[in-house]
Amino acid sequence: MAKNNKSAESLKELGEKVVKDIEKNKNPNVIVPIRALSNVLFNEKTKTLELGDKTSTRSFFDIRQAKKFLQTIEVASILKKELLDTNKHEHLRGVFYITKRTIPGTNVNIVDEQSESDEIIEDLEVITGLSREELHVSANKMGSMVGSITLVDSGDTIDCSKLGKGGYSIPSITDELTFKKVDAKYVLYMEKAAIFERLNEDKFWRKNNCILVTSQGQTTRGIRRLLQRLAEEKKLPIYVLTDFDPWGFYIYSVIKYGSIALAHASERLTIPGVKFLGIAAEDITKYDLKKHLIKLNEQDTSRIKQVSEYKWFKDNKAWQRQLKMMKELGAKAEIQALSSRGVSFISDVYLPDKIRNKSFLD
Amino acid sequence: MVKTKAEEFASQQKEISVSEFFLKNRHLLGFDNPSRALMMTVKEAVDNSLDACNEAKILPELMIEVIKITENRFKVIVEDNGPGIVNEQIPRIFAKLLYGSKFHHLRQNRGQQGIGISASVLYSQLTTGKPSVIISRIAPKKPAHYYELNIDTKRNEPHIITDKIVEWKKDQGTKIEIELEGRYQKGKQSVDEYIKQTAIVNPQAQITYINADKEKVKYDRVTEELPKETKEIKPHPYGVELGNLMSMLKDTKARTLKSFLTTEFSRIGSGTAKEMCRLAKLDTSIKPNKLAHQEIENLFKAMQEVKVIAPPTDCLSAIGSQLLEKGLKKEIKADFYVTTTRSPVVYRGFPFQIEAAIAYGGELEKEAPIRLMRLANRVPLIFQQSGCAITEAITETSWKLYGLQQSGDNIPVGPATVLVHMASVWVPFTSESKESIAHYPEIIKEIKLAVQDCGRKLSIYIHKHIKAAEQRDKINLFEKYIPELANALSSLTGAKKEILNKKLQGLLKKELPTLEAGNGENGKK
Repeated sequence: MAKNNKSAESLKELGEKVVKDIEKNKNPNVIVPIRALSNVLFNEKTKTLELGDKTSTRSFFDIRQAKKFLQTIEVASILKKELLDTNKHEHLRGVFYITKRTIPGTNVNIVDEQSESDEIIEDLEVITGLSREELHVSANKMGSMVGSITLVDSGDTIDCSKLGKGGYSIPSITDELTFKKVDAKYVLYMEKAAIFERLNEDKFWRKNNCILVTSQGQTTRGIRRLLQRLAEEKKLPIYVLTDFDPWGFYIYSVIKYGSIALAHASERLTIPGVKFLGIAAEDITKYDLKKHLIKLNEQDTSRIKQVSEYKWFKDNKAWQRQLKMMKELGAKAEIQALSSRGVSFISDVYLPDKIRNKSFLD
Repeated sequence: MVKTKAEEFASQQKEISVSEFFLKNRHLLGFDNPSRALMMTVKEAVDNSLDACNEAKILPELMIEVIKITENRFKVIVEDNGPGIVNEQIPRIFAKLLYGSKFHHLRQNRGQQGIGISASVLYSQLTTGKPSVIISRIAPKKPAHYYELNIDTKRNEPHIITDKIVEWKKDQGTKIEIELEGRYQKGKQSVDEYIKQTAIVNPQAQITYINADKEKVKYDRVTEELPKETKEIKPHPYGVELGNLMSMLKDTKARTLKSFLTTEFSRIGSGTAKEMCRLAKLDTSIKPNKLAHQEIENLFKAMQEVKVIAPPTDCLSAIGSQLLEKGLKKEIKADFYVTTTRSPVVYRGFPFQIEAAIAYGGELEKEAPIRLMRLANRVPLIFQQSGCAITEAITETSWKLYGLQQSGDNIPVGPATVLVHMASVWVPFTSESKESIAHYPEIIKEIKLAVQDCGRKLSIYIHKHIKAAEQRDKINLFEKYIPELANALSSLTGAKKEILNKKLQGLLKKELPTLEAGNGENGKK
């Protein structure tokens, strides 16, 4: 309850600042730290992305900002009253529906799209310094876990080695899980659920005594927090398996250094010790994947350029080399390309090889 | 004696007169259906009146009347305050086809060719059997002559039914009454529309019009400024045709080929003339009417090959941006007007000049295709829109860029009237009914440049206008935002809703000037 009070208090403070402005006959405003590449710094010491100190002022009496200002106060009020004060949690989608309504006498909705309320919630995180979890807002459950680990979730003990094909469905908020028994030697995180299913069917985790984790596409905060806790609390090495394309590389870098959008939350989410397992440029010749390459499209090419210019990639020779080779090949490769060498090639040859030889990228 | 076949044919062949030819080919001249016949008659009479006033430097006052006699029979009356016509000329001008002063000359004027009003007289006679009535007076002290005329179609000569002197209220001018079979209609291709457009491009004219429904419309004069006088120019060597060249050689007073070239054409000096003769392998001193056919062809070819500077362009008289705008403003109620007058240029040796104008917004229909007004030498082109070079240039312009809707290569949609005027000593019409301009690339290019220029200014206006409206809407929204903000703040902090509401209302009044200026104080980042 104490935690809720702290969150509710922070939102109230925000409101009181605005009320004070109004009482002083001042155009009311809130100061919002800027969440964009221009305000993201790479801390060389901690090797994480951090939010800089650039801010923008969001005022009510400003034609371009009025609606956003109203959204900010409205969402803050909803989070406090509907969630924190009653100690309930709500999904991002739910918050959107509570916020979405038409302003009387107009045809204007407070929000029209979920992306608008999502953005305001991220703003409130950076304004108050609280995490979304602390604001009692959750996101889609998009990940699964199997392997030699037993944990407690909301009082239920779950043995992740006995969960069949689907595995444990990782919740949106993983701060409150406790690890009861961890026998695994490492964690293998993969971008593709299809690969997770393959490895699970092959009982890869049993043979190799590890934990498998996946999410569809971008890694959710819940998963990142879970991986960080396993790395920090259980000292487990974390290995990442993605496609050989700039998007895959970025997924890895988000886990390692943090993301631009959530730079404010880096501390709770990044894992500096994480290693990149594949697919790397060398794998393409070594495992004979040349015939299974996919030509780079325009978006891929411009993404390669973008990624290679990020501060945290720029001075990293190994990664610059990977990106350069990708450009020279003019092609990308999916993890699934390994299946061309046999359905279980990835379980039987590729991963054991990689881990035994420690052929990682940092 | 037995006739040979050839002699037999010869006896059957006879000369047919121009009038008889017209009888059989009236469609070539624009008299192919009753509504067009009515239009052509009004048009020819009005064009003549305006041209005559123009040449005599008189501010025109026109009285035009279309009287419905029966459902398909009408009387057209056009009365002007022009210079009048000398008595002896009247029968030939109105009752002899192809009689006129305009045919052989290169000069910007309305009629361009002499087929004109006599065609209407003939049509009237064919469809009603009635003579046409003409009254004309050339000065206050001279008598007013009254004629009733027909055309002797066999000889193409006037047939005078009545010729007398009458009392006439007018000091000077001409009045014509023609009765004909026709059909009166409303809309885009109507006499009403023709007169409205005529008034727009002739802002110096005072026009009173009574239509077939007995509705009287007055088109007021908005300028005392007469159109600039047009000059006649000699043909340019690049614009002449072989047949023309042959007849010019036959008719010339010049004694030598060289002097023929330098005196009968524009922009040919003695150096250029010599060069042409050399190329055609002809003696410069040869007599022009002694040239053999092959020699003329050689000369013709040589004239096209030698480089000759473009013809003079000061012979043209554009309406001018200012007057065009005045004309538009008085007849079309819109919010925004823009006009462009291009500099004169040349196609095939003929100087021409393009003007364009757009009227936007106001009472113009929003979701309909734009109204396109095509004009040549101040004469509205009413029929054959789809075949006209102006239409091609309009549909090939990307109007979306300028704030109008357009799907593919169609006429754009939006609350706009687009006017395009071509002034030239020789407008290349696609047919004798003079309703659409031929597709010369030089002409289409100039039209596009002119409408694009107008379009750019239109788009600036539209964007500014729409932005301003959006701005107003957004400011109005604050009234609705304030209770919402007060509510949310109250539930977030416990502060009193009513007090916040009142305070915010006060703040809105204070901030209003800044909001209306378009930048909130914290607008910049």
